[in-house]
Amino acid sequence: MSAPPAGRPLPVVDADSAPFWAALRDRRLMVQWCGTCDRHVFYPRALCPHCHAELAEWVECSGSGTIHSYTVARRPAGPAFAADVPYVVVLVDLDEGVRMLSNLVTDDVDSVRIGARVAVRFEDVTDEITLPLFEPAPDA
Amino acid sequence: MRTAVIAGVADHPLRDGKLEPGGSVLAAQARVAAAALADAGASWSDVDGLLSTGMWGIPGVGQLPTVTLSEYLGLQPRFTDSSNIGGSSFESHLASAVRAIERGACDVALITYSSTQRSDRSRTLGGRAPVLTMQYETPYGMPTPVGGYALAAMRHMHEYGTTSEQLAEIAVATRAWAALNPAATRREPLTVDDVLASPMISDPLHQLDSCLVTDGAGAVVVTTEEHARACGATPVHVRGYGEAQSHWTIAAMPDLTVPPSAASGRRALEMAGIGVDDIDVVELYDSFTITVLLTLEALGFCRPGEGGEFVSGQRTAPGREFPMNTNGGGLSYAHPGMYGIFLLVEAVRQLRGECGPRQVAGARTALVNGTGGTLSSASTCVLSVA
Ligand SMILES: [Zn+2]
Repeated sequence: MSAPPAGRPLPVVDADSAPFWAALRDRRLMVQWCGTCDRHVFYPRALCPHCHAELAEWVECSGSGTIHSYTVARRPAGPAFAADVPYVVVLVDLDEGVRMLSNLVTDDVDSVRIGARVAVRFEDVTDEITLPLFEPAPDA
Repeated sequence: MRTAVIAGVADHPLRDGKLEPGGSVLAAQARVAAAALADAGASWSDVDGLLSTGMWGIPGVGQLPTVTLSEYLGLQPRFTDSSNIGGSSFESHLASAVRAIERGACDVALITYSSTQRSDRSRTLGGRAPVLTMQYETPYGMPTPVGGYALAAMRHMHEYGTTSEQLAEIAVATRAWAALNPAATRREPLTVDDVLASPMISDPLHQLDSCLVTDGAGAVVVTTEEHARACGATPVHVRGYGEAQSHWTIAAMPDLTVPPSAASGRRALEMAGIGVDDIDVVELYDSFTITVLLTLEALGFCRPGEGGEFVSGQRTAPGREFPMNTNGGGLSYAHPGMYGIFLLVEAVRQLRGECGPRQVAGARTALVNGTGGTLSSASTCVLSVA
């Protein structure tokens, strides 16, 4: 896909995730950071999954990362994505050390490679929701 | 201490992947439970334990499956378990039933499952509702569940050079077993080229790397060894069991190439006091070809990264070195959405020597491994005949 599908199911924002989605509206990719064990945490939650300290701090990510794995969806994940096949689902390892699932926006789905560098691309979907998609890094 | 054994099993007849002669998920479970009780020589009035889960009737009556089923079947069980950890649930139900019987919490436990997903045409690749943890996955359109398995397969290929041809070997060998099983849904011959020429669903997984979409129902009866022998059943012993869970959303999987069967298998084999070399027949959850390859490595049948080589040359086909998925598996026998109970049914039949042309000669010890979610949960059982 060159642009994300319009009818895709949108995240249902909750108390854990509200800061994450609010930051994205401002074009900032924020994740939690655990001061007790000095690790970034994604997705947002109450306790650190590594050391179980309470999570209170958020930090902004560079938005740069590496493709850990990917698949090209040749069949859609339901009717909302039917017009968009083929499209790329990626697991991105952000430079901060957390892994996110997203889409890689590209016109050449057969050019995707594990290990390739990618950069976040903010995709406004509604007034409330901006999705963190990815695209090949400019210098890649 | 009381010894718990499997005394009876049954699977529901299918025609073109649909329940024959049709019926609801409740009717199918009633029929298949009756068949498993008859197989055990036990009677409905003996049943005081019920274990079941499924995807039917949700939201609604299916949210309390054992409560709904107890009423429908005219049972008032004193022990129930409706844990749902995905397709591996029934291996965990077996372990749960064994513990309950050993401790006297019940005497005759019935494990049941059914799905009418093919008749209902209810199956899509759509993800789960984008709430709570799924709000970070569903909006991106990952075909579910195949996309998660595809991400694992792609990573395994990247790390170890595993090929689509090697994955296809699994589908081809499993089809050869199905050809020997009159109850299997797909029995026509299959080649590696056929698998590679089938439509790509989610790179690198083709349609023929993927399980069938069928109806189905199965049941297992667990009781004391003493009661099983009194009923005239051939007891199948549960020598070991183990369970493990590592993640739910695929981004949280600690290592895409190592499913939780690494831990559940180790626990089950330790409890049984045996090693992988002592296993005569293996029944592994095969939602996709990659599921099997990763599970073979995780259980220790080969080393990490060597799964592709291990399955090459039709090693797992009938008459070869490594009998696996001998009923034709989820790839060719049937896959109603949660396949795990059928692994148990086939393992028991193999150990009792009832499998006719597909019988594995001298099968005394079987390993069964269920996988649930997106490589999320695993439950392993080691079964044997005395
Ligand atoms: Zn921490």
